[in-house]
Amino acid sequence: MSTMSQSPPSLRDERVGQRSLLSGLLGRPEIGALVGAVVLFIFFAIVAPVFLQANSFATVLYGSSTIGIMAVGVALLMIGGEFDLSAGVAVISSALTASLFSWYFSTNVWIGVGLALVVSLAIGFVNGWILMKTKLPSFIVTLATFLMLTGLNLALTRLIGGSVASPSIATMDGFSSAQAVFSNDFTIAGVDVKSPIFIWILLVALTSWILLRTKVGNWIFAVGGDENAARAVGVPVKWTKIGLFMGVGFCGWLLGMHNLFAFDAVQSGEGVGNEFLYIIAAVIGGCLLTGGYGSAIGGAIGAFIFGMANKGIVYAQWNPDWFKFFLGLMLLLATIVNLVVKRRSELK
Amino acid sequence: MMTTNESELLAHPPAPLMELENVGKSYGNIIALTDVSMAVDAGRVTCVLGDNGAGKSTLIKIMAGLHSHDSGTFKIMGEERTLRSPREALDAGIAAVYQDLAVVALMPIWRNFFLGSELTLGRGAFKRLDVKTMKQTTKSELARMGIDLRDVDQPIGQLSGGERQCVAIARAVHFGAKALILDEPTAALGVKQSGVVLRYILQARDRGLGVIFITHNPHHAFPVGDRFLLLKRGKSMGYYEKKDITLAELTGQMAGGAELAELAHELEELGGHGELVTEVQAELDGKSGTAPGDPAAT
Repeated sequence: MSTMSQSPPSLRDERVGQRSLLSGLLGRPEIGALVGAVVLFIFFAIVAPVFLQANSFATVLYGSSTIGIMAVGVALLMIGGEFDLSAGVAVISSALTASLFSWYFSTNVWIGVGLALVVSLAIGFVNGWILMKTKLPSFIVTLATFLMLTGLNLALTRLIGGSVASPSIATMDGFSSAQAVFSNDFTIAGVDVKSPIFIWILLVALTSWILLRTKVGNWIFAVGGDENAARAVGVPVKWTKIGLFMGVGFCGWLLGMHNLFAFDAVQSGEGVGNEFLYIIAAVIGGCLLTGGYGSAIGGAIGAFIFGMANKGIVYAQWNPDWFKFFLGLMLLLATIVNLVVKRRSELK
Repeated sequence: MMTTNESELLAHPPAPLMELENVGKSYGNIIALTDVSMAVDAGRVTCVLGDNGAGKSTLIKIMAGLHSHDSGTFKIMGEERTLRSPREALDAGIAAVYQDLAVVALMPIWRNFFLGSELTLGRGAFKRLDVKTMKQTTKSELARMGIDLRDVDQPIGQLSGGERQCVAIARAVHFGAKALILDEPTAALGVKQSGVVLRYILQARDRGLGVIFITHNPHHAFPVGDRFLLLKRGKSMGYYEKKDITLAELTGQMAGGAELAELAHELEELGGHGELVTEVQAELDGKSGTAPGDPAAT
């Protein structure tokens, strides 16, 4: 860009147009993640040619989607200026609610699924409501709910089901129809594709539209960018933030239902630590930790990077122990690229 | 200047846009404001002057709906009201432009312009932002204020302090504000930028708005103001029409005559700058004209 500004004056007008187009592209929040994703894709395509086969790619996408569904909700929440450390275990809480309720009362599985949705949204609501009432940092509030949910998952599962895993609900009414929705396998042109991929893509499209083309999207950027300014011009700050936490709850419900119906039981101790994967995906995707900046598609690319690193190591026949190292390196590189790009586009 | 205001005043009915009578506010056992009375008329500028901690921000917060007053009466268009949220104030036609929380720095100018009052197309689940109209309106409204922007898509944080103030003022004018509260709009600005903002204040006045201009600088207040309310330690120190007061008196009142004399004396004892002491004394004696740094005198 510095060479362009030194161009001869005769070409100036043309160059100005070109420059603003380029800086417009570089100004996008997800550009760092996109560059990282392309580099990683080429890297694995070279070291593990099997990576390029359609079936492997579908597996990578599936792995990405199980992080990506949550990363979308978490990315929106981070743009709104808040964290949710309870997002990982809340997924399991949702799945446990559905399975334990239907099993204990021997009801149709769909009733459990409906109740799980209510519980997931309620967890989000409570997180947001406590945050807005107490004005404590969301880090503390959701750390507390994280601990409480972790304990509740273990204790209630043992109390109701008598084991660390929820009892199997495979034979119960409604199981197969719920499985068809939340954990279905499609075969498209000979490639095995799982339903969470479609849920993920739909979710990214929907949230991108909300974020960029609706009032609520404007409010999300505003409450994350400057809460006081937003309040002063009449943005409903409290309900926007509570809504964002409930959005994370909704995503948790979607993923929880997939986890439940992909098998027929849930391990009550799972989910711990996943909240960081969602936050990492959002940050790799260009969301600022301080809020007010980012995109839903960025979170999706972040999750895709995660999926590629996760499965790519397997296809390259390396020891999976290396995965966390890779993830850390990607996080560092992507955020540095984001920072550099952001500074450059601000300088123009 | 006076003649246009007077003819405008004759054209308007006497019921003021806003009227405060003995308004007070306390936070717990801290009394922030007592017995403050003032009026805001359409097409006139009411200046609120006071030093730090004088109660200026409490007064703004009451008028802008961020806090409710707890004694006295607050009338809007002759009707007694207690505002409970900024939204209520906006619906009543009162818009506040704050010094530092007017805008969200990372958001594009046009998104900031319409924040909280977005234009939409379609209905129900398909209701979406009318991006094209919003961008065009932002550009034309800013052009009417005399700001020509290359790109309304750039983050507002990239604009200068004066330009940001003007975007916020243009926004309030566009959304049909009848009364405009400006909180220290010139405090963080240089001489030239302050002059630009003062010009917009007059432009807003000429468009028939009642302007409440809060400042601690009498040199900024005097050239544009029609009325002056002086606050000190939460109390009203005086409420003047422009014809009843001079800039020198205003400055003297603001600093507190006795305190200023004491300050001049102390400075002299310490061997301080002779010029400063004479200047302060000249202002005390009411002999100084406009200050050298007065941008709106040109």
